[in-house]
Amino acid sequence: MIVLAFLVQTLRIAIPYLFAAAGGVLSERSGVIALTLEGWMLTGAFTATIGTYYSGSPWVGILCGIGGGVLAALLHAVACIRYRADQVVVGIAINLLAVGITRFFLRLAFDSSSNSPRVPGFDWIAQSGDGGREAVVLASLANPLVVLAVLSLVFVAWLLYRTPFGLRLRAVGEKPEAAASLGIGVNRVRWIAVLGAGALASLGGTYLALEQHQFTDSMTAGRGFIALAAVIFGKWEPRRVAVACLLFAAAETLQIQLQGLQLIPSQFVEMIPYILTIVAVAGAVGRAVPPSALGKTSEP
Amino acid sequence: MSLGMEQVAERKGTPSRLPSSVARLLSPLLPPLTALLIAAVVGDILILTYGQSPADVFKLLIEGTWGNAYGLGQVIYKATTLTFTGLSVALALRAGLFNIGAEGQLAMGGFCAALVGLIVPVGTPAVIAIPLCLAGAALGGAGVASVPGYLKARFGASEVIVTIMVNLITLAFLNWVIATKLNVAESLHTAEIHAGAVPRVSSMVEAFRGSAANFVLIVALAAAAYAWWYLFRTRAGYDLRAVGLQPEAAEYGGVKVGSVWLRAMLMAGALAGLGGTNYVLGYKQYYEEGFAAGAGFLGIAVALVGRNHPVGVVIAALLFATLSQGGLAVNAVVPKQMVDVLTAVVIIAVATSVPEVQRLLKGARRGGES
Repeated sequence: MIVLAFLVQTLRIAIPYLFAAAGGVLSERSGVIALTLEGWMLTGAFTATIGTYYSGSPWVGILCGIGGGVLAALLHAVACIRYRADQVVVGIAINLLAVGITRFFLRLAFDSSSNSPRVPGFDWIAQSGDGGREAVVLASLANPLVVLAVLSLVFVAWLLYRTPFGLRLRAVGEKPEAAASLGIGVNRVRWIAVLGAGALASLGGTYLALEQHQFTDSMTAGRGFIALAAVIFGKWEPRRVAVACLLFAAAETLQIQLQGLQLIPSQFVEMIPYILTIVAVAGAVGRAVPPSALGKTSEP
Repeated sequence: MSLGMEQVAERKGTPSRLPSSVARLLSPLLPPLTALLIAAVVGDILILTYGQSPADVFKLLIEGTWGNAYGLGQVIYKATTLTFTGLSVALALRAGLFNIGAEGQLAMGGFCAALVGLIVPVGTPAVIAIPLCLAGAALGGAGVASVPGYLKARFGASEVIVTIMVNLITLAFLNWVIATKLNVAESLHTAEIHAGAVPRVSSMVEAFRGSAANFVLIVALAAAAYAWWYLFRTRAGYDLRAVGLQPEAAEYGGVKVGSVWLRAMLMAGALAGLGGTNYVLGYKQYYEEGFAAGAGFLGIAVALVGRNHPVGVVIAALLFATLSQGGLAVNAVVPKQMVDVLTAVVIIAVATSVPEVQRLLKGARRGGES
């Protein structure tokens, strides 16, 4: 039972990471740095809450969440791909923008600076009841977003390695000039990748909002950066990235479960993904090497 | 890609022959002006959604910042921190490095300044205590920056990734220290420092009373002057800029690129670290969790708008400080988060229009020459 609870908890923590990291892989493999995962998630969480609140249906919320994420990604794509602005600068600005704009509209819509009213989520089984702890743990998995999260990296892997579009996307991320000479519309591929990444990352935010039944200020709390760390630590390979997401989530779960024992301070557990990522990019052995055209949309 | 086509179209598209002197003058001014215009439009829309009059709100914003001595003092205070982080990002960028780590370096600098201030005995004269605290801040910031600097120089590890990760590690570490070791009970700040407090401007100019502006301001201006002298008047600064423009060529010319990168990151870290003293020595006399959250990231905006030039950085710092303080001035009418949105809009617009403007001007100049 403890093992099951541990696994379920790990999966639940990993869900936003899986979504955002799937988006991160898609974007970065096409050559666009995914610093904005955090901002896309936060925007998605907010628009999903708004959609769910006004419609009463979490399904509408999911659609609104995707819409918000795609809109934020659109801004990123216009600035970085169309106008060749620096991806890092724009990425950081969009993260700031997401925090500011969600706070602004939170006050406008609900006259609150901290959180939205309660919204419905996917509590399909939990309502029925008192089947003990096991039932509660398993009930938390009865959520379409859980299924989608597991499928998201599988989907990205399939897209990258089993479709002509994926082949083009990888070519664009490694050798854009060569891809262009073969008649591939480099910017068109990047547009699709970035908008897709925005949609995927926003689902991570949507899951958080629906799971907690409300939007709270800056609720993504750095999860986009953990997802980015997972992308890098997983060497931009969907399978490894999925493992990295689960690994980081497991570390967090362990920390939560051992909280009473005071073995190591939670802040040090927090550092694990970041330290592993630094080791990965600096490591002499099995080093993580990014797609070679990453961040270079500014060069024509 | 239709690269050639684009260039042809560009050449055709440039209407007039622009003398290169005009182009040179326009090049740094056009992006910020465009950005401010776009920000003003976005601001209007946000204000209208809140059912207020844009003219009234912008008037309030100006009155609350440059319109009175207190507001001006607050702008100067905020600009002081931003000058440090802006210089930090600008100096690293001149070496071709993107210092996203100013946020963590700033926090560590502030913490180390407080630590030194707590270690020195009570009653240490200010002439000794203040330089010691400043040195602590610079060392703290440089220490944090040494990780990405070393890894870049030694392994070529992406400084963007490493600085982001080091930021998160630094903030988590400081959170642990403050939450468990050094805090005053029921708070997230340290005890007040024993010595090293920097006087406020209001101690000399009565009108600034109540504002946080203090004489760390002089350190900021001195840092800007030093950065200018270093970059443009020393051999090492020349090497640094050469590495930033063409690392391979610089290497061929006998410059040790790795050690230039490391030195640039250490200096950038020291500059950002010094920024922490504005709050710790000049304002509260203690370190507090999150005392300048966001100022490190804003440093990127400051460097960008200031075109990586120390003078530009000081001006840009004043601009963003005005926006930040202006948010508080209008908060009674529209949410202060409006200015966070506007700040982000300015950054995106400048980042977007810089390459665009340069391309246009290049085309114009080309037209003029042919």
